[in-house]
Amino acid sequence: MEILIPHEDEMLALGARLAQACGHSGAIIFLHGELGAGKTTLVRGFLRGLGHAGKVKSPTYTLVEPYEIGQRHIYHFDLYRLAGPQELEYLGIRDFLEKNAIFLVEWPERGAHYLPPPDIEVHIDYAGSERVVRFEPRTVAGKNAVLQLGSNP
Amino acid sequence: MRVVGIETSCDETGVAIYDSARGLLAHALHSQVALHAEYGGVVPELASRDHVRKVLPLLRQVMNQADTRPDDIGGVAYTAGPGLAGALLVGAAVGRSLAWAWGVPAVAVHHMEGHLLAPMLEDDPPAFPFVALLVSGGHTQLVRVDGVGRYTILGESLDDAAGEAFDKTAKLLGLGYPGGPALARLAQRGDPKRFHFPRPMTNRPGLDFSFSGLKTFAVNSLQMQGGDDQTRADIARAFQDAVVDTLAIKCRRALQQTGLERLVVSGGVSANTALRERLGRIAGEEGAQVFYPRLEFCTDNGAMIAYAGCRRVQAGQAEPLAFFATPRWPLDVLAPP
Repeated sequence: MEILIPHEDEMLALGARLAQACGHSGAIIFLHGELGAGKTTLVRGFLRGLGHAGKVKSPTYTLVEPYEIGQRHIYHFDLYRLAGPQELEYLGIRDFLEKNAIFLVEWPERGAHYLPPPDIEVHIDYAGSERVVRFEPRTVAGKNAVLQLGSNP
Repeated sequence: MRVVGIETSCDETGVAIYDSARGLLAHALHSQVALHAEYGGVVPELASRDHVRKVLPLLRQVMNQADTRPDDIGGVAYTAGPGLAGALLVGAAVGRSLAWAWGVPAVAVHHMEGHLLAPMLEDDPPAFPFVALLVSGGHTQLVRVDGVGRYTILGESLDDAAGEAFDKTAKLLGLGYPGGPALARLAQRGDPKRFHFPRPMTNRPGLDFSFSGLKTFAVNSLQMQGGDDQTRADIARAFQDAVVDTLAIKCRRALQQTGLERLVVSGGVSANTALRERLGRIAGEEGAQVFYPRLEFCTDNGAMIAYAGCRRVQAGQAEPLAFFATPRWPLDVLAPP
């Protein structure tokens, strides 16, 4: 499924809709796109959609920013500065993955083979000053979430 | 009293000795930049291992330089956070153990407190209270400093740090990562009139920052206009002007809001010449004075940790025998010693 996003506000709204579509279960979502494409903006919308009112800082420096919203745990990873995927082990990735949480992972290719397979892969591409967001479900849960997202614009 | 300071929060190993009567006696730094450069980022595990290798040789070096024996040491300070957990644990383990072996107090220092107090190492230090702007790859904060351990966060970045925005925009412009200084050089040949970037969050009250939109603006400009040399220089110029302007507007606002007359600027981005010129001008207009730590103390170093630690040891602070690292540690929970 592809969606044209003309402006940042629509990217935030899309993030919130994605959060709703994921329901109450855990999910692993990979976010692909160049610098400045809007990956963190989508995450900001996602977190706000779940009711998060505080800051959404870039995790580029800290590699992961954790959030606790109500009973839910959400981890926002940015693997941009990761030199090798085995570094994920040193970050304690296994401890994180044991939880039934939502994982939003930017630059997942830098964590290849050390990350579990995603439920959904999101690709954000430039189209001039607009963006094209493409959702590719990879599991049954992911497929249901994307269907839900598509049927509820 | 002489205090050893150990800094290992990220990719620099710093060790220093500060004497409460004579000032900074010696400091040494090992930068891991070359180690991480081939990877284009900081490798947490490599960083920890390199700290292990470097911290004791650096300690011996500063002890020799300062003509100091273990008997002369009155305390050991180490950075306990915020930072990379593994890297912090090296400094904390070494620092706490040394203090135990030498029978002196150990003090866990907050990394950002070190930066806030770094200008105190200079000959002409600012008096309290002052406003501090910390701008680096990991942080952008405006802090009111009323004394050691008395910090109020006035504003901070809601998304990317200013230095991070510099580094990422540099990458977009094909200057490598991290490339903040390279971007500043490219901006010198840029036309300031060709592009106009927004000044995020300056048209509403408050002292928070947001820099991620500027990166997007740079991408969009590059997409629309193509990436020839002059266009890249013009984008670099417009980007830098926007960051400098935004930081300056917020600093002016912080001075006006607090009524304070001293502005301290620290962190890696404070080396930026355009920023220094601009802040000098607004401080003049506001009747304020600007203080910078020397350039080598604008980035991570052991001297600032030795200073902050010395002030806290002198006030009687001491950690229990256990050591800890706190990768996430808000600045405003600190208390005076």
